[in-house]
Amino acid sequence: MTSWLAQHLAALRDACRRLAAAPLNTLLSLLVVGVALTLPTAGWLALENLRQLTGDTPGVQQVSLFLTLDASKRDVGEIESRLKEARLGSWRYVPREEALKRLQASEGMAEIVASLPRNPLPDAFVVTPDDTRPESLEHLAKVFTAWPKVAHVQLDSAWVKRFDALLRLGKLVVLLLAVLFAGALVTIAFNTIRLQILAQAAEIEVARLIGATDAYIQRPLHYFGMLQGALGGLCAALLVSAGFGLLVAPVTELTQLYGASFTLRSLSPVDVLSLAAIGGALGWLGARVSVQIHLRRLT
Amino acid sequence: MIAANDVTKRYPEGREALRNVSFEITAGEMVFLTGHSGAGKSTLFKLLAAIERPTSGSVVINGQNLAALRRNAVPYLRRKLGLIFQDRKLLFDRNVLDNVLLPLAIVGHPAKEALRRAQAALAKVGLPNREKTFPIALSGGEQQRLAIARAVVNRPAIILADEPTANLDAASAQEILEIFRAFQQVGVTVLIVTHDPLCLPGTRPRILRLDHGQMSEGQAMPSAAVALP
Repeated sequence: MTSWLAQHLAALRDACRRLAAAPLNTLLSLLVVGVALTLPTAGWLALENLRQLTGDTPGVQQVSLFLTLDASKRDVGEIESRLKEARLGSWRYVPREEALKRLQASEGMAEIVASLPRNPLPDAFVVTPDDTRPESLEHLAKVFTAWPKVAHVQLDSAWVKRFDALLRLGKLVVLLLAVLFAGALVTIAFNTIRLQILAQAAEIEVARLIGATDAYIQRPLHYFGMLQGALGGLCAALLVSAGFGLLVAPVTELTQLYGASFTLRSLSPVDVLSLAAIGGALGWLGARVSVQIHLRRLT
Repeated sequence: MIAANDVTKRYPEGREALRNVSFEITAGEMVFLTGHSGAGKSTLFKLLAAIERPTSGSVVINGQNLAALRRNAVPYLRRKLGLIFQDRKLLFDRNVLDNVLLPLAIVGHPAKEALRRAQAALAKVGLPNREKTFPIALSGGEQQRLAIARAVVNRPAIILADEPTANLDAASAQEILEIFRAFQQVGVTVLIVTHDPLCLPGTRPRILRLDHGQMSEGQAMPSAAVALP
């Protein structure tokens, strides 16, 4: 066990030594890996922020029923009993007087409301159905429209749905980007390991002749690829954090102009570690494939 | 310790490098393998080091038949042999000490013990105080000593050396032979492949002679002895 650990530590040291031996090459490789990881990471972070902006609303989907102005208490009761019977989920009755009061409460509206000769608002129901699939909501809206004294049915979820669809599209684009650049990262590792094997051909030959196992020869190369990927991941984290750092002030200003409070979320420590881990895993994969192909060719 | 039984090696292009070669070397012997150039010496060396495999026959080292050795068992066999190659195969991008440390790193010795062993090996071949030197700065004889130090640092029971005295002047060649003799005297089996068998004064080593891939045996002529200065 201790010998196994010592062998791995020695291989890791060897890989570090080789990375440090050619600082310019290493720096360039890290930058390339970093840039490759930056684009999908930035895209993902932007999506996360957009999702945060919409809050938890995607889950809450409501249907509003507005009754005609001449609807009586009996008509309201009729709708209530129909809603009770239908058992769609929860619902809330908003009488026209209450709606007017709320309107008065909002800033700048009090005078306008006071100047009105009579209450222009209808009685309304806000229904929060359990089944929020778009097609069931559409169906529900149609059913409500057919009910007596219902003047207008409004799907409050329409914009949320559109936004959700947009987010899904964005997610797909980010995913495609991630796959593309993951492939690029594996290729980069593949190539650097190929060059490493060429540079170490003499050493590999001698080591084999004096009793090195394949594992002994491959280990430092695997670590090399892994380290390069992980450090490249940290590079990407640095680039993304710097970019979002520049965006924080303008975004905050913009959201304040809209009267909202929103802080741009940058990469968390967990995100940074995940990025390093993903980079390391992809680098290791590229190194592994490269070692399999090129070491066999060497013998 | 080393035994070949009816060994034939034929290369794909049809050339027969060894034909029905049989011999046996017992533990603690020092034997020269000689012959004209192209006689099959290097082929036999490669078979003994498990670098190549015989077309037919068996090569047995330490009770292990190399013809039947699995590919992943080869490294473990090589660790038990002290191999000295004709072109020495030193690593010129690392210093003398690191060259000798390589076999120990491969086996996985702890750093402290590895250092002690490497220094002992360098002292044994007469290269102390040259640890930080790079091989390029060593003379031919010193490079050969370094190759020997690397071969013996794992304390093998068998040393196989391919042309260890080639391209060395007579005095250096003799010093190299003295080193091998010292190992033989502590019980190591030594096989030296050479086109020009030299023997040390007062010894009549056994000689295996290859001629066009076939083997005959004899003893070194005393006339081949090199006088000490």
